[in-house]
Amino acid sequence: MSLQENTAREVAVKFENITKTFGSVVANNNVSFDVYKGEILSLLGENGCGKTTLMNMLSGIYFPDKGNIYVYGQPVVIQSPKDAFAYKIGMVHQHFKLVEVFTALQNIALILEKGQKYDLKKIREGVNQICSKYGFNIDLDKKVYNMSVSEKQTLEIVKVLYRGTDILVLDEPTAVLTPQETKKLFAVIKNMREDGKSIIIITHKLNEVMEISDRVTILRKGEYIGTVLTTETNEKELTEMMVGKKVELKIDRPKTEFDRPILEIRDLLVKADDGSVAINGTSFYIRSGEILGVAGITGCGQKELCEAIAGIRDIEKGLITHDGESLIGLSPKEIIKKGVSMSFIPEDRLGMGLVPSMSITDNMMLKTYADGKGIFVDRKNARERAVALVKKLSIVTPSTETPVRRLSGGNVQKVLVGREIESNPNVIVTAYPVRGLDINSSYAIYDILNEQKKKGTGILFIGEDLDVMLALCDKIMVLCHGRNMGIVHASKTTKEELGLMMTGSLDLSEAKNKEYGKAKDSRLTDEQWLELEQKENSEEKGENDNG
Amino acid sequence: MLVVIVGGISIGVVFLLGCVGEILTEKSGHLNLGIPGIMCMGAAGGCYTTSLYINSLPTADSASWLVLVLVAVLGATITGALGGLIYAVLTVSLRANQNVTGLALTTFGAGFAQFVMDTYVDRTRFSAASKIIRYSIIGNADWGWFGKIFLGHGILVYLAIAIAVTSAIVLKRTRVGLNLRAVGENPATADATGINVTAYKYGAILTGSAIAGLGGVFYILDYIGGSWENASTIEGLGWLAIALVIFTLWKPDLSILGSFLFGMLYIASSGITGVSFNVMKLLKLLPYVVTVIVLIVTSILDSKENQPPASLGLNYFREER
Amino acid sequence: MANKIVNEPLFHIAKRGNLPLWKAILIRGGAIVGAILFSAILCGIVFGKNPIKIIGYLFDGILGTERRIWLLIRDTALLLGVGLALVPAFKMKFWNLGGNGQILMGALIAVAIMRSNIGKNNVLVANILMLIGSMAIGAIWAAIPAIFKAFFKTNESLFTLMMNYIASGIVAYFLSVWSVNGTGVLGQVKTGHLPVVLNAHLLTIIVVAVLTAIMHVYMKHCKQGYELSVVGESENTAKYIGVNVKKVIIRTLAISGAICGIIGLLLAGSIDHSINEQTANNMGFTAIMVAWLAKFNPLMMILSSLLIAFLTRGMGQVQTECNIANDAVANLVVGIVYFIIIGCEFFISYQLKFKKGKNSKESSNKSKQKTVKERD
Repeated sequence: MSLQENTAREVAVKFENITKTFGSVVANNNVSFDVYKGEILSLLGENGCGKTTLMNMLSGIYFPDKGNIYVYGQPVVIQSPKDAFAYKIGMVHQHFKLVEVFTALQNIALILEKGQKYDLKKIREGVNQICSKYGFNIDLDKKVYNMSVSEKQTLEIVKVLYRGTDILVLDEPTAVLTPQETKKLFAVIKNMREDGKSIIIITHKLNEVMEISDRVTILRKGEYIGTVLTTETNEKELTEMMVGKKVELKIDRPKTEFDRPILEIRDLLVKADDGSVAINGTSFYIRSGEILGVAGITGCGQKELCEAIAGIRDIEKGLITHDGESLIGLSPKEIIKKGVSMSFIPEDRLGMGLVPSMSITDNMMLKTYADGKGIFVDRKNARERAVALVKKLSIVTPSTETPVRRLSGGNVQKVLVGREIESNPNVIVTAYPVRGLDINSSYAIYDILNEQKKKGTGILFIGEDLDVMLALCDKIMVLCHGRNMGIVHASKTTKEELGLMMTGSLDLSEAKNKEYGKAKDSRLTDEQWLELEQKENSEEKGENDNG
Repeated sequence: MLVVIVGGISIGVVFLLGCVGEILTEKSGHLNLGIPGIMCMGAAGGCYTTSLYINSLPTADSASWLVLVLVAVLGATITGALGGLIYAVLTVSLRANQNVTGLALTTFGAGFAQFVMDTYVDRTRFSAASKIIRYSIIGNADWGWFGKIFLGHGILVYLAIAIAVTSAIVLKRTRVGLNLRAVGENPATADATGINVTAYKYGAILTGSAIAGLGGVFYILDYIGGSWENASTIEGLGWLAIALVIFTLWKPDLSILGSFLFGMLYIASSGITGVSFNVMKLLKLLPYVVTVIVLIVTSILDSKENQPPASLGLNYFREER
Repeated sequence: MANKIVNEPLFHIAKRGNLPLWKAILIRGGAIVGAILFSAILCGIVFGKNPIKIIGYLFDGILGTERRIWLLIRDTALLLGVGLALVPAFKMKFWNLGGNGQILMGALIAVAIMRSNIGKNNVLVANILMLIGSMAIGAIWAAIPAIFKAFFKTNESLFTLMMNYIASGIVAYFLSVWSVNGTGVLGQVKTGHLPVVLNAHLLTIIVVAVLTAIMHVYMKHCKQGYELSVVGESENTAKYIGVNVKKVIIRTLAISGAICGIIGLLLAGSIDHSINEQTANNMGFTAIMVAWLAKFNPLMMILSSLLIAFLTRGMGQVQTECNIANDAVANLVVGIVYFIIIGCEFFISYQLKFKKGKNSKESSNKSKQKTVKERD
């Protein structure tokens, strides 16, 4: 496809000088570019560069402060999602817009126009047609809270298509998918392109950009940088446009001396809030000085595993030992004292580990406020530590007394990770520490983790991005429905293999014996383990008797 | 026993209307603690229009049943809806804290009712008006216990049941109901699918408040027979109605049963005889103790399906990030 | 452009960045003044009087005599006291709507001891017992809903509300038992009064002043205050850092109830020397406004309680002057003032952006804005 051909093509959407501010933050500044009919356009940029904001203005969630949008040459005013639908614009948001307690069919029925009859039978027929046309597979009577992420995404796309969409925006569609699911999704997207639809994919993953898109538009810090043909560019050029300066894309994996296992977990059984089994008889161990990655699709037990180790979730069965001593039955405080640090960054990024409305100072003393005698908290000491941390990690903040909520995502995570490391832990359990961060901030976090690793800390790294985990971790454990599907050396595996394990198609633990995931050079002898087990069992019995 | 059942149904209607009003409001994601105040306002509004009408006639007996009912219902629903409008403007458009706004509205509503009743409402003909409103469809015919329980009530009792049944059908089986539930569960989703979230919220709050207002006027002109002491009685009933919402699992059809059951308990505590005057005072707090027990039991039997709307109590702002 | 853009929105709502403090104060102050003026005009119309005269009555009602000034300060203190009780609970996101009941129970115990033989024979011992008893019963009254909230997540706002009615039923029972020939009205209790400091009001004022200082320190500098703030923000985080969430919920509400109990004690032992079902005077609700308006800051609450006491007392005078028998008008006006103040918060957090042409004003505004910093 040559450039001449492109310019001759029909313009589906034209952005003209779009500006949008939130308070004093400029999210988009004077952005102008075109999207053609029948093309797949990637909107590329780092986290927080304004990609989603821009597309939200196309789909009517936000309204631009300045500038115009044209659809097929007509200037349009999109004040609400309803207006967007009238122009046949549909968007699949990164955080799905589905009503959890409704069935798939009810969710689709929500979009009916006024005057259309509430006829579920007719909707069912229409949806089935669309599914067979593009190759979707969906159970219309399933409630959304019972669906997997990939099912939810399919539902979102079907929902948008059912409404009749010519311009489809997909916000980070592959973030939560396995490599296999991603392939399936890309096939469907290509089908839609053949059908004459315009598809805009918001992403920050370069390999996917190269694979799927016809053209790439790059945003950086709210500004339009340029648009290039995919066939005429490469990952390196795109990165430079995206980040603005040359960056080294390689994540370090420093060689360290592995010590004996510091944290050993055997036959762990943990239940989720709703009573279902979240971690199912899993065994593994972390050595001092290694990073063990944990891969898995969302909700396969990562959160429950973290909480079990930190002592905030009850353990049904199994053993957790730290440096040869059992952690079971200890309070979260005692576990922290032993040097086990846990930080979990949830989807909204402000969750466990930080209190958003409190200042950096107050957050510094979250784990230490109770130390020292007397009834008063030692805020002076905390402030000193906060000042030091801000300086050390160059955290951008007006002062140490600013509520953490006001900081940008990168700085929030620096505060969290920084505080954890300050306490000199010997085990770090960290989940999604780079969630939502731009490249430079992410690398800063990787560097901090690697530094800890060199100091001999054992690190459990729960991540989303398989590419990152392959580069950073020493070994990777894959969870599927709370089961350990296998632990592989990061340097000896592939993304595809991990993907198959994530969905349960490949189970390496099965082939081996029952001892899978148990260290041979354990800190405890077999007899000691047995003793521990018996002790836990008898204690459990005692507890039950009391209760 | 019969007295308890009949009386329980009658006072139960006050609970039912307040409860259904609050359910509709909560389905849009708004916890309206102003419902007791709105019930007071509805009572005052309905009484005001009724007094205007009945005092314009030469004698109270010449009042037309239909006009009287209409005048009372319209006065109460419109005043109730106005109270709801205050709440909606503050919490939906201005995104004020729902609890604080509701409590302020209850303070205001009680003051409003007291002031209007004392200053503008002439109640000399109210006991006559009440008799007319309570006309039963079988007149004075005696159908035995069956007639007393099922046929002996005034039209407003059947209107209340009809409102509850209609609300249940709308919520369960229509597109409007589906959309409203979506708004209360997840307004961002509803918005992204093109539902006018603000319109649905206003609609639900105003309708709910109108229904609750009707409950207020029912208490004065039907249940208590046209007398008026102060607003605090209605306020107390209003809180019980809100508590009933939890007990009836946000289901208007279930609330019919719940309200009548609750009404009977309410009556029963005052129907106990053979105890001293002092103990009678203690028995008066029985309904509140029962409510507490009901609250505790429902919270212990917590299940995933019977939960309040997910966004209850949270205001929605589309550009929130 | 061939087609002029139609359907251009008049304005849209955007979230504000940081509003300068003086602007926020200006908005709030303006709203309060506006609300009072509005109410005065409304009253003027309803009563057929000159609104300026109404405002005159308003100020006369609070500043007219030395006694009225004392009463204003005392009422401010009482409201502030109840507001202080609510602060820790609300900071923990526990909606304690049961202030009325907790006050009432505190007052009931106090009166019971005052009437007893101890009250008649040994005032000092009686006073000590009253203090302990009032605080204990207030704490228990608030802790009951807290226990169920902690263990079963029982809805606390409705539970505490019901506890109000139960308390008032119990008071009604005792009134009926105590009163002569079943009138249900208890006259002045002559014995067991709390000590008089200068006059009937100063003791209350001193006690609340001390409570304010204690609560300020408790919330700001105590480990317990820190713990409950964490629980209010995120129970998960609290659990993770080793806070016993259940214990904190129950303990905090016990403190909250105990302070309400003290207010009940002051009402019964120092001010009314009696009790009836309305002794709490709905302060449990009013104080929610006090606390909320001040953003739960104990020191700011001095101002917000002063405002509400000012309105209530002032409107009382207006009612007297206009020959209205009950406090309906005061409730009405206070309600209106609440609405306006609640509504004005919107303009502090949000702004309306009007869509204008590309005129010079807009571009100058734009140039003032900084370009992208690090974003959230």
